[in-house]
Amino acid sequence: MSIGWYLAVSAIVFCTGAFGVMTRRNPLVVLLCLELMLNGANLSLIAFSRMWGNGDGQVLAIIVMTVAACEVCIGLGMIVAIHRRRLPIDVDELRELQG
Amino acid sequence: MSAVLFFIAAIGVIAGAIGVVTFSNPFYSVLALVGHLLSLAVLFLLLRAEFVAAAQVVVYAGAVMVLYVFVVAYVGGEEQSLDGTLTRRSRSRGADGRKPTGALFAGVLLVELLIALLGSGLKAVSGDGAPYAPGPTTFGTPAYIGNLLLTRFLLVFEASSLLLLIAAVGGVVLARRRGGLGEDDERDRLTPLDLLRPRGTGTMVEGVEGLALAHARGVGELEDESPAAGGGGW
Repeated sequence: MSIGWYLAVSAIVFCTGAFGVMTRRNPLVVLLCLELMLNGANLSLIAFSRMWGNGDGQVLAIIVMTVAACEVCIGLGMIVAIHRRRLPIDVDELRELQG
Repeated sequence: MSAVLFFIAAIGVIAGAIGVVTFSNPFYSVLALVGHLLSLAVLFLLLRAEFVAAAQVVVYAGAVMVLYVFVVAYVGGEEQSLDGTLTRRSRSRGADGRKPTGALFAGVLLVELLIALLGSGLKAVSGDGAPYAPGPTTFGTPAYIGNLLLTRFLLVFEASSLLLLIAAVGGVVLARRRGGLGEDDERDRLTPLDLLRPRGTGTMVEGVEGLALAHARGVGELEDESPAAGGGGW
């Protein structure tokens, strides 16, 4: 399979994740859609790495996975803290920082 | 063979992604993401990224998704704030126009990405990639990745370890109980294990409050004889 097919799949996955981030209101699902976007980026990184026969893209993909794990840790911690304070689990309702 | 496998895995990847976005129950979204990640690992294997595929399955589809499932089980039991049950406030703010607008932006982004992809001047995009010869230390094997991580990308590696440490501390700080230990009603619940346990054996309650205070609250009061004063069975 040519590399372009992989890049097309990665573009579709990235846009699906972006759509989810923009439309869903449950922060858990927003985090899941962020994972989708990161995975789309990862797939294109690895496809380009295969294209040039160079391992840098794979190392970068592993670093992206690390950052995604950190993001999940912080995000889920925030969701648990919001739930403990009996605040609504809804990104439209949580708008105190909006001013 | 590789083309058939690619199309099966690509369909799995895209179906999983659409499932994550469209399921209204977050638990099903998490399960769809697990399917998405497993299919994506197949694509990684087709791209000769063996170590990344293994890490994807173990770290993402294993550990991170288990964390998600726990939090969904903890938080999402109330079935609140799912799509389709718009509250009055968000409806009054015109949140109904969010879905078409989001679809429009995502569609525009997809068209732009595909134009950039199809109109690319890179000849290698339509090729199969660089020549590949299987071997113990070729491209994509754990030895190759480890060598790169510990030589050329050592600074990145250390920075990511620091990031993980900060995230772990931040997760603990964010998710801890607030308001002190005394206000939590879960601690007043007696379990059968509390009655069977001899006093002074070093439970968390005794460790936090001190032996005398813990037993003044009746944790071990059903026992006939107590050991020597002061306990100290740590």
